[in-house]
Amino acid sequence: MVAIGAAVKEPGSTRKNKTGSWRTFKPILDKETCIECENCVMFCPEGCIDKNYDIDYDYCKGCGICAEECPVKAIKMERE
Amino acid sequence: MVLKVMSSNQAIAEAVKLVKPKVIPVYPITPQTTISEYLAKYVADGDIKAEYIRVESEHSAISACLGASGTGVRVFTATSSQGLALMHEIIFAAAGLRAPIVMADANRALSAPLSIWNDQQDSISERDSGWMQIYAENGQEALDSVLMSYKVSENKEVLLPTMVCIDGFILTHTVDPVDVPEQEEIDKFLPDYNPEHAYLDPERPMSIGTFTDPDYYMEARHDMEVAMEKAKTVISDVSQEFAETFGRKYEFIEKYRSEDADTILIAMGSICSTIKDVIDELREGGEKVGLVRVRVFRPFPVEEIYEAIKGASHVGVIDKNFSFSIGGVLHNNIKSMMDVNAAGFIVGLGGRDIKPSHIKEIVEKTKNPSNKPLWIGLKEEQ
Amino acid sequence: MELPEKEFLAPGHRACAGCGATIGVRLALKVLGENTVAVSATGCLEVITTPYPETAWEIPWMHVAFENAAAVASGVESALKAQGKTDTTVVVFGGDGGTADIGLQALSGAMERGHNLIYICYDNEAYMNTGIQRSGSTPYGASTTTSPHGKESFGEDKPKKNMPMIMAAHGVPYVATASISYPEDFMKKVKKAAEVDGPAYIHLQQPCTTGWGYSPAKTIELGRLAVETGSWILYEIEEGEFKVTYRPIQRKMVSEYLNAQKRFKHLSDIEKEKIQSHVDAICVELKI
Repeated sequence: MVAIGAAVKEPGSTRKNKTGSWRTFKPILDKETCIECENCVMFCPEGCIDKNYDIDYDYCKGCGICAEECPVKAIKMERE
Repeated sequence: MVLKVMSSNQAIAEAVKLVKPKVIPVYPITPQTTISEYLAKYVADGDIKAEYIRVESEHSAISACLGASGTGVRVFTATSSQGLALMHEIIFAAAGLRAPIVMADANRALSAPLSIWNDQQDSISERDSGWMQIYAENGQEALDSVLMSYKVSENKEVLLPTMVCIDGFILTHTVDPVDVPEQEEIDKFLPDYNPEHAYLDPERPMSIGTFTDPDYYMEARHDMEVAMEKAKTVISDVSQEFAETFGRKYEFIEKYRSEDADTILIAMGSICSTIKDVIDELREGGEKVGLVRVRVFRPFPVEEIYEAIKGASHVGVIDKNFSFSIGGVLHNNIKSMMDVNAAGFIVGLGGRDIKPSHIKEIVEKTKNPSNKPLWIGLKEEQ
Repeated sequence: MELPEKEFLAPGHRACAGCGATIGVRLALKVLGENTVAVSATGCLEVITTPYPETAWEIPWMHVAFENAAAVASGVESALKAQGKTDTTVVVFGGDGGTADIGLQALSGAMERGHNLIYICYDNEAYMNTGIQRSGSTPYGASTTTSPHGKESFGEDKPKKNMPMIMAAHGVPYVATASISYPEDFMKKVKKAAEVDGPAYIHLQQPCTTGWGYSPAKTIELGRLAVETGSWILYEIEEGEFKVTYRPIQRKMVSEYLNAQKRFKHLSDIEKEKIQSHVDAICVELKI
């Protein structure tokens, strides 16, 4: 059935859709090399890198922006 | 009860004052303009405590109504003809988003050719939108219908918007004696609007206006049809409650001397006042003729109309609109929904005057019906 | 700038991998916080974030149609005011289509009336949601599906409609351009916009991997190239006073930006030089 007016009352419910299945390449972040500049956190279109620099692979689409923007190349894109 | 003489436009503005909307986005258009002006003055004088948005078009007027209604407040706007046509896209959205907006439409012909005068094509052309539609015969009914419509629209089983239609110039720019109810009585009849379904509040975030794929759309639309059906019961209940408090009873239809009539005319709006006069005159002459005035056009009161006309030998339906190839819309709605052989007449387009003689002509032609819709009052080619 | 932690746009939305729009929205909402209501025009952002029965929005959100986001937001702002919620921020997200073209009337009216709202145009320089058709914001020389390059045409033959200046001419107290590749600059501008009592307009350039034709990982790099070549200038206009907010240390050649995108690949050297001299003229004037 459809909610009245097709309103969605559960905020953030797209979390049910695990877009991690979209990717071909997976970012691997090396915390030793990481200088915690927050570039990857800022630039991820999914917002799936948290302040501890853990990547949520349920949602990562493998776009590669994080690896591209890391100033110390701490992130490598690996074929899954 | 103190009767004041005022135009239907002013009567509607008085009703809006009583319902206490919080946001009024409105754009002027002849012949609704004085509604927007009365409301502006009420707001400027503090008689209505609302945000009056001087929008830059009717499309923005209805859009702002929808935004404000979505935020959870009572709203009002008014328009006519070209303005209503410009709103068309959002009119459908408002019903689909289940916003209990109430709007006044001053019925006016649609361009082209450009005309500022009355016919009902504008609101008739929005009949598929999901809005409830009421056609008022006079200023008192316009005022009372606005008051009742908020209660019906805001009912949580309904949540569909309503347009209250009044004939442009004929009602908007002529005066009637009108009883304006007391604020305290209206406050009891129509309490503050407390939205229960979708509204924007950071305490309870929700998304309104999502997009649906084929798995969901059809059910959403069917739910609206169910709500429109429910609206019939709610309209009856609200009318009953209104009658008990204010002493004026409104139904889906109004029967005028139709109980024992051989010939019944069916029409909507102010033309019915002319028809009633002609009926009285014909009755004096011994003719058993009557009128069924359709007041609520959507939801379409099939049973009520059929009950009222089934005993008549002849039925004639008068439309101030037409649909190409098939004739007047009210005529076609009646023919398609009930087993009745009704004649159809198209009158009064673009403000063409309808005289008692035209009504008499219609009564005669109803007794000898043609199987094609007849245009009455059309000038003959020389 | 301390980056607030909370995400107000949840993952799981249907944006292309490498989408610039969602980056912009995430950053804007981090600044605006949870006492915010968002209104969207029809477009990429709206469609990717709200496929019924899901929504990516963690704040209240409303969408009605393509051309009326600013009008809907005017109603929302007025209703919040009537409810006494004057500290709730109203932010409008419209694409370049829903802002500069079909949405221009509603935006003009809202800005002229002075509603207290922030309008952010996420500009990917074409109607991307419907498949890369030309908009009034499509830059000179770009190939789109409705301004394709061919034997008789080199693509879009008109310059970008200057939306920020149009907004400034409305007397909007705060107008700014921004880029997702310069996030601190953008977020500072969002903060300033939020502090204005009245309307504010931010025109955010947002590279689009699908529409512009480059590999998704390069979204931020492309935005950077746009600014470093002077093709997109970061400025703000506060109460009528114009100020450039970022100057590249060494302005790069425009061809470096154009060559990185499929939509400009067809341009001849003559056309690229034309674009260079046009950019030069503006940059020299602004000392960039």
